[in-house]
Amino acid sequence: MNGGGEVSGQGPAGGAEALVGVVLVSHSGPVAESVAALAVGLAGGGAKAPVAAAGGTPDGGLGTSAELITEAAHRVDRGAGVALLVDLGSAVLTVKALIAEGDELPEGARLVDAPFVEGAVAAVVTASAGADLDAVAAAAGEAYGYRKE
Amino acid sequence: MSGTALDAAFFVGWMTAAAAAIDREAERLTELDSAIGDADHGTNMQRGFAAVVKVVEAEPPATPGAVLTTAGRQLISSVGGASGPLYGTLLRRTGKTLGDAAQVSAEELRAGLRAGVEAVGQLGGSAPGDKTMLDALVPAVEALAASFEAAAAAAEEGARSTVPMLAKKGRASYLGERSIGHQDPGATSSALLFAALAEVAK
Repeated sequence: MNGGGEVSGQGPAGGAEALVGVVLVSHSGPVAESVAALAVGLAGGGAKAPVAAAGGTPDGGLGTSAELITEAAHRVDRGAGVALLVDLGSAVLTVKALIAEGDELPEGARLVDAPFVEGAVAAVVTASAGADLDAVAAAAGEAYGYRKE
Repeated sequence: MSGTALDAAFFVGWMTAAAAAIDREAERLTELDSAIGDADHGTNMQRGFAAVVKVVEAEPPATPGAVLTTAGRQLISSVGGASGPLYGTLLRRTGKTLGDAAQVSAEELRAGLRAGVEAVGQLGGSAPGDKTMLDALVPAVEALAASFEAAAAAAEEGARSTVPMLAKKGRASYLGERSIGHQDPGATSSALLFAALAEVAK
């Protein structure tokens, strides 16, 4: 398992407008895959947005892979932008560096500042509802406000 | 600083010398990183610079700028830790600043590196004194106005100056006070990069 799997990717249904894609970047393949599955599952039957996991290194170890991230972003790109959610450290820096310096990511790819799990759920739900990238990013970021005590 | 013109071959030589220095010191880098980080800096840097050398030697880019942007791209895609995007950004931004000139002066390289170092600070949200690569890079770029050797010495001194610092960035920052007393692995590898530059400039 290398964390490069796509969980849901049927894209826009019935000729509707293109949906924002969501990429989940974690140091761990299983974490990225599981959070993707969790977000799609919690979004219920309405999870139409393309979601892809990019976790760990290509050989299955812990770390961040620019290659897996780039592949995942292209896989979920439907032309409406791609929201990238990340866990920490090199995942944050790698996505930032790819966006600031490179041309590898699709046009309209954006690092979304959000908590990884809660943000993923919010992003998949809003993207599936047809929200644009700004709205998806805002919804994911709002997840920072859900206090737990 | 002398007006020597530096061509693409000089920059390929720099990357090769940097890879060799990292190979020699990989164990020490990982040891430093096991004290305050996740014990992978030596192997990550080795993997990254081995990939850089493979690419720039197989198909040597035509200009100094292209050597560094190619090297930066390789580091971002092959390191797998935070040092990949950080060093990748350093080299890529430096290379972009050098543009497509066939040769650059040492002063132009210094201006390019200054832009590269600024980009690293921006990417990591850090400043000198945070116990990071910048503690070696910033004084090195300043000292490059005098000579390559002065830059290497300033980087080395900068790396040593991180020992009493409290880490403010990265995994080491979770350790708080316990990060004090250890030399920062990133500043140490930055010093190796400048030692390699001085070596090829001889």
